[in-house]
Amino acid sequence: MRNKKDLSLIDRLSHEARLGRLSRRDFMRHSAAAGLTAAAATGLWTSEAKAQPKSGGTFRVAIHDNNTSDTHNPGTYLSIQQIFLAHTHRAYLTLINTDQTLGGDVAEDWSGSEDASEWTFKLRDNVTFHDGRKCTADDVIASMNFHRGEASTSAAKALLADVADITKTDDLTVVFTLTGPNADLPWLMTDYHLTIQPASEDGIEWRNGIGCGPYKIVDGEFGVGFKLERHDGWHGEGAYFDAVEMIAINDPNARQTALVTGDVDAVSAIDLKTMALMQRNPQLIVDNVPSASAITMPMHTNTAPYDDVDVRMALKLAMNREEIVEKIAFGAGTAGNDFHHSPAQPYYPEGLDQLSYDPDQARALLKKAGHENLKINLSSAESIFSGAVDMCVLYSEQAKAAGIDITVVREPNDGYYSDVWLKKPFCAVAWGARPTPDVMYTLAYKADAAWNESFWVNERFNELLLQGKSELDDAKRSEIYREMAQIARDDGGTIIPFFRNFVYGRRSNVQNTGELAASWEMDGCRAASRWWFDG
Amino acid sequence: MGDILGLVLKRLGFGLITLLIISIIIFFMVELLPGDIAEAVLGQGATPENLAALREEMGLNKPAFVRYFEWLGGAVVGDFGNSVVSGERVSTLITERFINTLFLAAYAAVIAVPFAITLGVIVALLRNTLFDRVANVLTLTSISSPEFFLGYILILYLSVKTGMFPAISSLRADMSFADLLHRTFLPALTLVLVVTAHMMRMTRAAIINLLASPYIEMARLKGTPPWKVIVKHALPNAWAPIINVIALNLAYLITGVVLVEVVFVYPGIGQALVDAVSKRDFPIVQACCLIFAATFILLNLAADVGAILTNPRLRHPK
Repeated sequence: MRNKKDLSLIDRLSHEARLGRLSRRDFMRHSAAAGLTAAAATGLWTSEAKAQPKSGGTFRVAIHDNNTSDTHNPGTYLSIQQIFLAHTHRAYLTLINTDQTLGGDVAEDWSGSEDASEWTFKLRDNVTFHDGRKCTADDVIASMNFHRGEASTSAAKALLADVADITKTDDLTVVFTLTGPNADLPWLMTDYHLTIQPASEDGIEWRNGIGCGPYKIVDGEFGVGFKLERHDGWHGEGAYFDAVEMIAINDPNARQTALVTGDVDAVSAIDLKTMALMQRNPQLIVDNVPSASAITMPMHTNTAPYDDVDVRMALKLAMNREEIVEKIAFGAGTAGNDFHHSPAQPYYPEGLDQLSYDPDQARALLKKAGHENLKINLSSAESIFSGAVDMCVLYSEQAKAAGIDITVVREPNDGYYSDVWLKKPFCAVAWGARPTPDVMYTLAYKADAAWNESFWVNERFNELLLQGKSELDDAKRSEIYREMAQIARDDGGTIIPFFRNFVYGRRSNVQNTGELAASWEMDGCRAASRWWFDG
Repeated sequence: MGDILGLVLKRLGFGLITLLIISIIIFFMVELLPGDIAEAVLGQGATPENLAALREEMGLNKPAFVRYFEWLGGAVVGDFGNSVVSGERVSTLITERFINTLFLAAYAAVIAVPFAITLGVIVALLRNTLFDRVANVLTLTSISSPEFFLGYILILYLSVKTGMFPAISSLRADMSFADLLHRTFLPALTLVLVVTAHMMRMTRAAIINLLASPYIEMARLKGTPPWKVIVKHALPNAWAPIINVIALNLAYLITGVVLVEVVFVYPGIGQALVDAVSKRDFPIVQACCLIFAATFILLNLAADVGAILTNPRLRHPK
């Protein structure tokens, strides 16, 4: 059945997978193509292909997006430097596994009440802080309360707005009582702000940098770098490196040169323009991971002409998303379909019709709406993402074929999110990845959300959103999100040109399991505890 | 000598007034930037409630001039306050980085100044020869190229292709001095290339200017060899303009290194300043800018004093 040629193909696949060049999904697909049954391929993956971690070494990683003024305050986490460090020296209640499922970090188990308005988290009994103290329910409660309450300055305050109370039933059990149902609360606990710190008399100790994560800080300075070493009492799996050295390198060129010369072992972001060059270097491996981080263009649906659904649809059809992905994202992106739900998130509705470039149809819709030769402004700024202004200019060229005249307005980088976003009726925006569709829709599409960026009010959509929050049955939730996606695509006020990929690189001696968490760059910012050196 | 002391004191007094004016300008320029520090810190996570709470905590609700005078009150007794964003002392945040910047500037200056002056003397001696032309073309090319471009070229040839020097200069506390010199050689060399041309050409021009003077002719006529004419007779009279240019370039080595710091990932003060501006962290911006301004004031003063000391006519006025 399996001839010699196939066998050598399988061997090659296994070899590639051991090197971390092949993900589990790709391995299964290629194995099937080589005539292997799924069961055989799964067996092969666990016994042969999946790389075996080794311990040791110092992992030197160059991080992009660093500020000198960053701090250990979890309420103001914003830069990748802070987020990568947080996942390295602190721990969360839950985490996102490399296969994008939800797993436990400090919590080992959790369960919701029937209507999902009360959640109970069981904590592991072996979690210790870096100074040896045990992590208990009191620490978890204090860490959560840091983001709540009147005086809180935390950016995660809105995220926990519907938490009414957090109590403990014993030292290892924490109960969250909500004001309404929220089936996604365990997912919310992976949010990068919600780290666990030791409780103190008046809140939490965050200044000293003590956490209960895989590595403890030896010394370091924000904007320059950090040295960490393994926390021997860590409760989780992994942490193969003896030590981790984070180096702050904001300049993409310097970062990539450091990787090429071997001054660092991995970099957290690669400039898309030079991605192809890096891929050709046999000493480097480029990881290219589709994420839930979206580029959006909200149209204010309460403002003419965007209050007309035909105009909105015409603007959606006037965009050639494939061309934008190819030319602006250099292929490292997934075309959007105007619902803010990425294939990297759970409950993704497969098989919905993709909106495609159709200038004739767009022209006809505008004629129907009485807006022939539509003239509009589109605000953008280079700080949104590298290429944001180019993307808008390309879109305005594409839209000309539909008789739409889009003037791209270049706004100042400074204060874009306070002066342009939510104020100008049509602008470009970049969103970070959120763990579930419910979080994203609640944040920016719910009728009364503070960041409802298109001021979109659709009764059925909002009704479904509430239903989804209290539905604990996965199949039913999938159906709900499918219908919501359709409504957003056909009626919504937000154009989503594409979802970005996270593109980062490592030396070929740095290994990972071949599966990468898509919540952040660098394997969900957990590369330090998930990756290892091979040889 | 009493006159020099008087001059120094007078100039220092003017310098302080200059610094005061600069501090006012910087403060209100930072105020003029769109958005405020609380928005910069919270980013997209800002809601009206937590913005208000953060502004209260950072003391941003007071009027701008009250905040300025509070800062000034501390600054005149040497207290530059705390970073608004992180709450750390400005002095702790900046000291180490400023020392790093000074080290790199000193490293570059120790190479560049003797090199540029020697080269200037040699090309003056060999003026209008092929050597003169080549030296001029090379130094002018290096001064005309942006620093980051020079940096990338050096990285390409001395680091990526030959591996002689590391591409990034991130520092570690436990490095030996030799290690330190090796790690920071490329940024220092970049700076050397940037500042050499200016000093060399000024040396050359100042010397050649003097060569038409009667006393040089006299020296030649009595049979002094050409190199001696230049080093012993022309150079002493050419010091004033050369010292001026050296002072200007030394100031540049401290204040103009932001790009070099970024390209070589060197933890100096420039990066701290850029970060502080993007976050509107006024006390840090203020401290960095005042350090830069003071550098210019002091080096200019030093140049003037140097020019007087090297000129006997100014040293002993009638």
